[in-house]
Amino acid sequence: MELLWLVPALPLLGFALLTLARRLVRGVAALIGVGSIGLSMLVTLWIAYSFLVSPPQSGAASDTVWSWIALGDFRVSVAFYLDSFSLVMILVITIVGFFIHLYSAGYMEGDDGFARFFAYMNLFTASMLILVLADNLLLLLVGWEGVGLCSYLLIGFWYRDPANARAAVKAFVVTRTGDAAMLVGFLLLFTSLGTLNIQDLLSKAVSQWPSGSGIAIAAAALILAGALGKSAQLPLQTWLPDAMAGPTPVSALIHAATMVTAGVYLVARTHAIFALAPPVQLAVGIIGVATLLIAGFSAITQRDIKRVLAYSTMSQIGYMFLALGVGAWGAALFHFVTHAFFKSLLFLAAGSVILAMHHEQDLLKMGGLWKRAPVAFWTFLVGALAMAAVPPLISGFSSKDWILSWVWSSPAGGPVLYVLALLGVLLTATYTARLVTLAFFGRERDVPEHVHPGGALIAVPLIVLAVPALFLGLIQTPRSLGGVNLFASFVQGVLPEPGAEGPPSTELLLMAVSTLVALAGLVLGWALGVSQARAHLARREAEPAGSPLHRFLLSGWGFDWLYDRAIVGPYRWLARINQSDVADWIARGFAALSRLLNRLLSLAQTGRLRWYATALGIGAVAIVAMVVFL
Amino acid sequence: MILLALVAVPVAGGLLGWALGRRSTLVPRWISLVAMVLDLGLSIVLWAEHPAASIGGGPWIAKLTLPWIPQWGIQFELAADGLSLLMIVLTALLGVASVIVSWSTVRERVAFYNLNLCLVIGGIVGVFVALDLFLFYLFWELMLIPMYFIIAIWGHEKRQAASIKFLLFTQAGGLLMLLAILALFFIHGATSGEYTFDYFKLLGTPLAPGVATAVMLGFFVAFAIKLPAVPVHTWLPDAHTQAPTAGSVILAGLLLKTGAYGLIRFVVPLFPNAALQFAPIAMILGVAGVIYGAALAFAQDDLKRLVAYTSISHLGFVLIGVFAWNTLALQGAIVTMVAHGLSTGALFILAGSIQDRLHTRDMRAMGGFWESAPRFGGIMLFFALASLGLPGLADFVGEFLVLLGTYAVAPVIAIIAAVGVVLSAVYALWMIYRTFQGRQAPGRALPDLKAREMAVLAVLAALLLWIGLFPQRVLDTAAPSINQLQAGRTALVVPHGVHRDEL
Repeated sequence: MELLWLVPALPLLGFALLTLARRLVRGVAALIGVGSIGLSMLVTLWIAYSFLVSPPQSGAASDTVWSWIALGDFRVSVAFYLDSFSLVMILVITIVGFFIHLYSAGYMEGDDGFARFFAYMNLFTASMLILVLADNLLLLLVGWEGVGLCSYLLIGFWYRDPANARAAVKAFVVTRTGDAAMLVGFLLLFTSLGTLNIQDLLSKAVSQWPSGSGIAIAAAALILAGALGKSAQLPLQTWLPDAMAGPTPVSALIHAATMVTAGVYLVARTHAIFALAPPVQLAVGIIGVATLLIAGFSAITQRDIKRVLAYSTMSQIGYMFLALGVGAWGAALFHFVTHAFFKSLLFLAAGSVILAMHHEQDLLKMGGLWKRAPVAFWTFLVGALAMAAVPPLISGFSSKDWILSWVWSSPAGGPVLYVLALLGVLLTATYTARLVTLAFFGRERDVPEHVHPGGALIAVPLIVLAVPALFLGLIQTPRSLGGVNLFASFVQGVLPEPGAEGPPSTELLLMAVSTLVALAGLVLGWALGVSQARAHLARREAEPAGSPLHRFLLSGWGFDWLYDRAIVGPYRWLARINQSDVADWIARGFAALSRLLNRLLSLAQTGRLRWYATALGIGAVAIVAMVVFL
Repeated sequence: MILLALVAVPVAGGLLGWALGRRSTLVPRWISLVAMVLDLGLSIVLWAEHPAASIGGGPWIAKLTLPWIPQWGIQFELAADGLSLLMIVLTALLGVASVIVSWSTVRERVAFYNLNLCLVIGGIVGVFVALDLFLFYLFWELMLIPMYFIIAIWGHEKRQAASIKFLLFTQAGGLLMLLAILALFFIHGATSGEYTFDYFKLLGTPLAPGVATAVMLGFFVAFAIKLPAVPVHTWLPDAHTQAPTAGSVILAGLLLKTGAYGLIRFVVPLFPNAALQFAPIAMILGVAGVIYGAALAFAQDDLKRLVAYTSISHLGFVLIGVFAWNTLALQGAIVTMVAHGLSTGALFILAGSIQDRLHTRDMRAMGGFWESAPRFGGIMLFFALASLGLPGLADFVGEFLVLLGTYAVAPVIAIIAAVGVVLSAVYALWMIYRTFQGRQAPGRALPDLKAREMAVLAVLAALLLWIGLFPQRVLDTAAPSINQLQAGRTALVVPHGVHRDEL
């Protein structure tokens, strides 16, 4: 594993070259930007190969690059840690990342910030790899804040529009709110356990903290706060829909496939602490299912194709949190993997649609695109069916089904969570089918005459990513469908299962129920799409604002409204009224006082001899009187 | 002798340039540049020898004692340890930067300007090495006068009021410090029979608790004004805003550090018990500064004023770290001092460049500069990120260590200070938003950075990155001093109710 450091170092080098070199030819910039990730992917594949052929004895290998800070007991290194879990993560990041970079070379063609775009994307990939490879929490934080920074930079990439720049600031600040709590969690962990090395922390926590102890609960809750911000879960989810202001490949890479799942990674990585804090773990599951439903309802109402996908991302990550909440760590990771492929595919295909529509993102103006942009249509369809968890297309199906069966059978799960999750299945299928219907089927509404869904650089990544979106589910299937257990057995050493599985008959029943629900959702979504398309064609110009409920869902359940009034507004108000700093009143008071005294005393300076003589006389009398009487 | 040279070189350079520079403006510029570079070279030589140069195995690496006024127990005593050393290197570096950024922007009375610049740098170096309290006080006052002139003569539109405010605030603190020094002098003389201003002899002077607190407060207030701590910070936004660019760089980068240095060198070692009891209040003032400074920074429309308020926020971390007084927190405070000097110094250079180009500091008249000045934007973003504590850059190392050390002794303070992490992101990114993002107003293009400016800023950026990724060199430099300081403190009886963690 000596090559491990190269995995993040290559994209970092790409970033450095793209930043420091001035005026790169477009082709060279693309070569550096895409090539660095490609090389990193090749190194990762080599590492994966050698990991599989000769697994390290303890199941993990680590590589210390240099000692970062050493102060007495406080020692952290820039060191990378590779086990089956982080191997899965870096495989997904580099493979998905590479194809998104390749796609970007086509998508961003003609943008005046071409080199800048690839610089940011490379820095992002490097940070994300550092995040998942870090062997200690401080280095993890470097990656964590690094991806947040790149998210900020790329959301605000088209900086000329102030709305984009504001969305960027919002994303950074909202996630950093969670990060601040997480930072306190790190302080607590170090102060009570004496290390920030992740593996040491986990083993010490298990041996020193009793289950359900206050300190374990506090630590888990604080880590969770950071995870919620990054993964756009309740109550820190508001930044993600606005983050769609970034170019579409950014949405695919950062705001779908990788960064937003960092919270899932963090919770799964520190799952031993969560297992010691049952109330927090329950909260993880509840937050997951709540986000799943809230985002699902909002997704149904959106008109902007990217916003539908943004809410669907929140909702799919809700599934992963639900899985974490019931202790199905492996299932959460597997859904992360399949989601990374099908969601990046969906975003990239949507990007192709957006190109075809000349940067129009309103679904109601599309329609009938299946003929006009066939590659985008077919690949989008693959992604959509995977997301809707329709059985024959098995990547999304098998991961979601795995989660659902654990929600049912895990000791931390149960029928209530299961029914809510099933409602989520219905919502997912509904918004997916509505999206597909509105965009690709029916009559063309405002589709431009000449559509350009992109050339080979766009088409090839789409087709390549469609393959895993279709077939990845084959490595982990339910027992009644072959019972392939490759994925679970690969990560089992790191991410144990929550208990014994239920009987196969129950599993089969659950699968049948969820399939039926998903099919019902598809029909519902199709009907919704058709009726909305008709309604749009009928009225054309005047769009009514919609019912209050519709507006409520469209706005993401009013969270932005609430936060604006409760936090942002008061802070700005305080800033405005105190711009000149109340603390300065003391100094200004002194200044005013001395000016006043100056004015009073200078009144006495009249220049008239009579006044001076009188004052002199009074003074003399006063002094004599004092001497005599006191 | 190297310590004397460190003080004397800038002073001599300034005087020489002034004497020869009556006709040409180029002569004083070159002479002061040479003097500053020489000073930087000397300080780096001294650093390179550290810690091999240790005197008798202790933290001190260079010492010079000359008799001066023996009747009053006053000596010309200079000494440097790792802490002084870091501050001296920072001083000399920012000295070079100050001369360069003033090169083409200061055009009036150039010789006198450079004289003041050199004198203030010499005075600051003196403050960092003087170990006789009388001499320390002398240098303390010496660095103020040229700074006053720099603001009052070469400052912006409200320079008169700002310079007088600056002078009055610091003089008020200086007066209290003088009284405290004299009190210590007489108490030590009365108890031991030896009347002396020697720092090493005054250490461990037995003091009645009430007296100790009173005398300590004399020092504390002086240093708190300089730091500055809330609520005596209000001289700072005016002075920083009105000073010319180099003046702001020196004020933020160096003058504030003399306050922090004084706390570490004098307040806690001379009055360990009183400081220990006072620690909760000091930490509350520190955390108030962190939050209040960040909130006020966000509120500003004036770019330089914004940066000025961020200083209050960052130095709040230093105040917390000093009074948390364990290895991690103290190391954090020292790294924060260095990092803040570099990052805020750079931000002032950038704000000054914008003002030189557009003749305004008002962010309401800015926006969209990325279009015309992408390099400027990239560099500005870099330093804004350093300022908001991005991991991998120096400020993060400092603030994280402060929080880590503080959490062990005062978790509530650390938790509230962590809120500052969010607020710093708000002001830093909002600053970038208002200046470089959005649409550029017609006729309001910002010319991009020139090579000379780029060179200075690139050095500062590289240092921030270096300290952020390889902080060990800095930590090792400060370590012997911190161990020594800690050793003095651990001998104390810990009062009831105060939990001290030996980290």
